Amino acid sequence: MCPVEKVALFATCLTDTLYPATARATVRLLERLGCTVEFPLDQTCCGQMHFNTGYRDHAADLAVRFASVFSGYDAVVVPSGSCAGMVRHVQPDLGAAPPPTYELSEFLVDVLKVTDVGAYFPHRVTYHPTCHSLRMLGAGDKPLALLREVRGLELVELPQAESCCGFGGTFAVKNADTSTAMLADKMRGVLDTGAEVLTAGDNSCLMHIGGGLSRLRTGVRPVHLAEVLASTEEEPWAPATR
Amino acid sequence: MGTRNPVTWLGSPTFPEAARTALADTQLRRNLRNATTTIRGRRAQAVGELPDWERLRRAGEAIKDDVLHHLDRYLEQLEAAVTARGGVVHWARDAAEANAIVLRLCGDAREVVKVKSMATQEIGLNEALAQAGVHAIETDLAELIVQLGDDRPSHILVPAIHRNRSEIREIFRAAGLDPASDDPRVLAEAARAHLRRKFLSCEVAVSGANFAVADTGSVVVLESEGNGRMCLTLPRKLITVMGLEKVVPTWQDLEVFLQLLPRSSTAERMNPYTSTWTGVTPGDGPEEFHLVLLDNGRTATLADPVGRQALRCIRCSACLNVCPVYERTGGQSYGSVYPGPIGAILTPQLVDDPHDEQAASLPFASSLCGACFEVCPVRIDIPSVLTHLRARVVEAKGRSAESVAMAAAAWVFASASRYEKVQKLGSLARLFAHDGRISWLPGPGAAWTSSRDAPVPAREPFREWWRKNRG
Repeated sequence: MCPVEKVALFATCLTDTLYPATARATVRLLERLGCTVEFPLDQTCCGQMHFNTGYRDHAADLAVRFASVFSGYDAVVVPSGSCAGMVRHVQPDLGAAPPPTYELSEFLVDVLKVTDVGAYFPHRVTYHPTCHSLRMLGAGDKPLALLREVRGLELVELPQAESCCGFGGTFAVKNADTSTAMLADKMRGVLDTGAEVLTAGDNSCLMHIGGGLSRLRTGVRPVHLAEVLASTEEEPWAPATR
Repeated sequence: MGTRNPVTWLGSPTFPEAARTALADTQLRRNLRNATTTIRGRRAQAVGELPDWERLRRAGEAIKDDVLHHLDRYLEQLEAAVTARGGVVHWARDAAEANAIVLRLCGDAREVVKVKSMATQEIGLNEALAQAGVHAIETDLAELIVQLGDDRPSHILVPAIHRNRSEIREIFRAAGLDPASDDPRVLAEAARAHLRRKFLSCEVAVSGANFAVADTGSVVVLESEGNGRMCLTLPRKLITVMGLEKVVPTWQDLEVFLQLLPRSSTAERMNPYTSTWTGVTPGDGPEEFHLVLLDNGRTATLADPVGRQALRCIRCSACLNVCPVYERTGGQSYGSVYPGPIGAILTPQLVDDPHDEQAASLPFASSLCGACFEVCPVRIDIPSVLTHLRARVVEAKGRSAESVAMAAAAWVFASASRYEKVQKLGSLARLFAHDGRISWLPGPGAAWTSSRDAPVPAREPFREWWRKNRG
């Protein structure tokens, strides 16, 4: 059973728009674990892009807006380490008071106290710990603890796992060459594992690494952690149709 | 603005431009990858040995913050203590003043030996002395390699990190040092023979300082090769140029930094050569000692409540060694003697000119991955200072295509209905899709699609699904 009463999903603007399957999977997973999830339709963006690019005032407006949209919830669950980091570590400095906010793996392990979520995902998988969940949130190996309990999943360690993939928001376009050089090394690591699926807790990083893997026709598919964990034998994961 | 601050190299391109050139240098990429990977692993091991590392970091942070808070008091205390022990203290507002002081102190000397020092590089001392006919000889092996190769440093601690041994042999050969092979031992021996003559003949030495103790007036230099010890003891006159922020309150504070610095920089438990001296001692070491206290943008940096933490830096280079950007681009892309993450926050503050495009590009030379903050021995929150300085750049720039786009995005995000309209409009990007991927986008999107496919917007945003299924 869910120890918190009012749980809200913050899908993030990126996932809502580009990767709805991740948000659907998050809902499905949390409901399966006994939570009642709400999705306040007034939500938009946490302001991370503005803040990280130097537009502090816009970020502050969005932070205050975020806090008012989600006020009254006991927990906000975010399928993104960097957006959760923005809400928890930056928004308070911008004059906002957001409710308790958790990246998905933190919510599962720390709040729901589960590592075996009853998932089934019969694929060879490697995991990229995204920088903000690793260093800003200190989520540590929570995602790995969850992945280790997934039936059928063969987990392969990613070499130089903790190295940044080179996304960094607007960094990827402002310093496209350097970003791509970082991406190349990350892709080499992924390919060396022989994995068919790359998973992570953040669609922005997956969009970056996945964009490179797709360009090179590597045949490795990026799949968000939520989708891996939502997958079951009765209703196994299937690639989203575009 | 007065004369330009030589902390950045004149004519350096902006970071993205410089990086593009550096990234194409395959030898550089290989040298850097090998060097940073090795040193990274060693540092992690050296730091892992200490169970109280986190407490040491916090102590280092607290001492430095106290120094910055009472800088005026500690500096005057230092001046009094150095003077009482027979040293002479000079105050330099900027690079030009500092260089003029050192040049005057050099007197008739035509050659001076130097201990590796970031402060003297920051002010372009060697170049200023050369213009006046004084040859400054770098005695640190890596600095010597840079100097003989007529090159620029690319790392704070290992300035020739971008060179491998065969390149070093060529540099030595061209300079007439004639090493018999590219064996590191042979190369070091060639440098040693060359330098020994200089140590014994030079009357004046110039050094930097890692720390200066306010209550005793003692100055501390850490090095690994013994060249510093030679410079600090053999010549008749010693001139030390030191950034204002290098002062520490008491001798006991050194116990913290002498643990933090070696493990963070060279991954050593204890620093090989730690020289300390207090004023002058008749019959022992230099007969004259001058301490030049350098501002050069530091008080301006101190005025910024967020940015000032950059002045806690003890120049260990740990942030460079773990930085994924530095590892690919090397140090010269930063266009300054201070490269890497610390350079990206320190250089623009020392330059203190919001219209300097090169310096303004530095805070953006980071993916904000946070690896630098994690290893910093004095807990400088580099990612936070980066975003803070980005905001300063944006503010100084005023209206731009980017600021208009950002304002528009903020306006859209301020209302869910506007956001949903844009979501629908965004699905037009599906027109660019072929076989489920977007490989080309126009305008600013091209910087993305030059190397990565872009995701195809979903037919149905999540919120549509929610409305239909749960709403």
